[in-house]
Formats: sequence, C-alpha cells, structure tokens
Amino acid sequence: MYQWVSLISLWAIPVTIAFVLLYGWRRQVPVYETFVEGAKGGLSTTIRILPHLIAMMVAVSMFRESGALDMLLRGIKPVLDFLHFPEELVPLALLRPLTGTGSLAIATDLIAQYGPDSFFGRLAATMQGSTDTTLYVLTVYFGAVGIRNSGYALKVGLWSDLAGVVFSLLIVSYVFS
Amino acid sequence: MLNVIWLALIVISIVVAAFTGRMEAINAAAFEGAKTGVTVCFGLLSVLAFWLGIMRVAEKSGLLALLSKALSPLIQLLFPDVPKGHPAMGYILSNMSANLLGLGNAATPMGLKAMEELQKLNPDKQKASPAMCTLLAINTASITIIPTTMIAIRMQYGSVNPVEIVGTTLVSSFAATIVALLIDRWYRYRHLRRHN
Repeated sequence: MYQWVSLISLWAIPVTIAFVLLYGWRRQVPVYETFVEGAKGGLSTTIRILPHLIAMMVAVSMFRESGALDMLLRGIKPVLDFLHFPEELVPLALLRPLTGTGSLAIATDLIAQYGPDSFFGRLAATMQGSTDTTLYVLTVYFGAVGIRNSGYALKVGLWSDLAGVVFSLLIVSYVFS
Repeated sequence: MLNVIWLALIVISIVVAAFTGRMEAINAAAFEGAKTGVTVCFGLLSVLAFWLGIMRVAEKSGLLALLSKALSPLIQLLFPDVPKGHPAMGYILSNMSANLLGLGNAATPMGLKAMEELQKLNPDKQKASPAMCTLLAINTASITIIPTTMIAIRMQYGSVNPVEIVGTTLVSSFAATIVALLIDRWYRYRHLRRHN
C-alpha cells in the first residue's frame, strides 16, 4: 500500500508538469513566455507575505523564549490531567497550531526520547503529520491578498486543531494497543 | 482577532521575561524570529514562482477551466458563493488535489491564487469572506496521505516499520478536516444570519 502511494507521489509532480506544458503546447500557448510571466507573480506575492511572516515569527519566538509558554503549560496541566491527556504530548499539541518548525522539533525530540515505535513516538508523529500550522497558513493566505480582518477563520482553524489532537489520540490508542 | 493575539503574545512575553529574568533571551528571540520569517519567506519564493508559472500555462491553455467544469458540483457544495465557471474554482481544485497528493509545496501557490480570485469576489476587501474562510479551513486541516517528514524522522531513529503511521495520520487528518468543514459551516450560517 505504502509503495503504491509513494510511487504516486513520486510521479505526480513530473507527470503534472509534463501534462500541463504539453497541453498548453497543443493549444498554441507560448509555454516559455507564459511560464515566465506567471513566475513573475511569485515575487510580488512573496514580498506581500514577508512582513506578515516576520511579525508572526517574532511574536511566537518571543513567547517561547520568555518562558511564557512553559507557564501556560503548567497552568492548563490540571485540566489535561482531568481529561487523561498524556502530559508528555501537551507542548506538541499547544505548539502545533503556532509554529511548524517548533512543533517539528518537539515531535522529533519525543521520538528520540521514547523511541519511534513507542506509544508517544507514534502519537507524536501522527499529531505532527496530520495537520498544518494554522497560524502560518492564516498569515500567508490572508497576508497575500491584504485581508486585515480574518473573520471566524482563526476560530475554525483552532477548533479543527483540537479535533486533530483528539482524533490522533483516539486512533493511535485504538490501532496500536 | 489577530491584532489581539499578536499584541498579547508580545506583551505577555515581555512581562514574563521581566519576572523570569530572561530579558536577554527575548531580545535575541525577537530578532531570531524576524530572521526565521525572512528565511521561510524566501524558501517560499522559489516554490511560488515555479508553480505560478506552471499554473499560468494551465490557465492560458484552458486546462484549468476544463478541470473546474468537470468537478464543479463538488466545489459548488463547499463554496456556494462562488459563481459557476469562475476561475477561482480551478485554483481551489488544484489546491485541494495538491493537498491530497501530499504535494505541500505545490498546494500553497495554488491556494494563494485561489485566494486572489476569491478576493475579487469579496465585497469588503479588508474582511475575509465566508468562501475565503472555507478555503482556509481546508488548508489548515489539510488531509495528508503521506506524511513524508515524519516517516523520514522515524526512519532516522530506527523504527521497525516507519510507515505504520500513514494510516493513523490519514484517519486523523481526514476526521479533523470534516470537523473543520462542519465548524466552518456553523460559523458561516451564523455570519449570514447576522448580516441579513
């Protein structure tokens, strides 16, 4: 199963590229000029996103290094104990929506510490892999088009992150016990 | 919302640092964070430019329009506000298929193009429209078929079967996406009721 899936993802990009370009060629699209013209748009989009990303990364980095994150973790510990959520996974669950690289570091650390085939190792990998970084996606997607008021999008993202944590815990406990 | 969160993160950090004596650490952290922002952004530049180039060819040749016509019932269901045959549909579809195939770096440029198209339909350019919120919900939850990074890390730490988390990841991300869409629907309903 995995071999098939990995074969598909290996071939997907080259096949897509070839197909799009050949189709364009057949439709008499000047493929080279059109590609360059489209690629130019990447630059302006990146410039538009840059200030948003800097702002967000500064805040998240300060929050982590000041010790505020640790305090937050200690503060909500009783609630999580009550829910029988494994304490070891709390930092990962909390950081996952905020920072992709930060949570990846924590997930890697958990795998190194408990072993990849332990319950915590599997749970960490599933939690890290099953969702994208909400704050990053929000910053990039809305920053690119100049949205200031994100409406209810952040709430939806955070609720679904919580759902992802709960589902990961349930499915990993169910499959590997 | 973002204003409050951003301000709170920074002010709380400084207050906490004052009490824990980590002023030096957050000085460094602020500029380290800014640097990370730049690094991430320029990492995005190469990928964005490449995929936007390819997508422009797909758009000019009519391939995108063809794709969105074929799968428009699905998009219509998720994005009822987007008119039939609108270019946003093609980009939304490309974004969703790239997510499904685990091509994370292709998904972002297509998602941004879709956002641009949705912004054209948006009456209030400063505020996210319901369709934009739905697109965001799909991308933050992001159904993942192959979590390549985690498999690589599990391999690195000598897992007996590094890919055994593929199934659990798929189930968890699929379920979370469904939840995201349902919550999105609920908020959209409330939003529309309040504005009509």
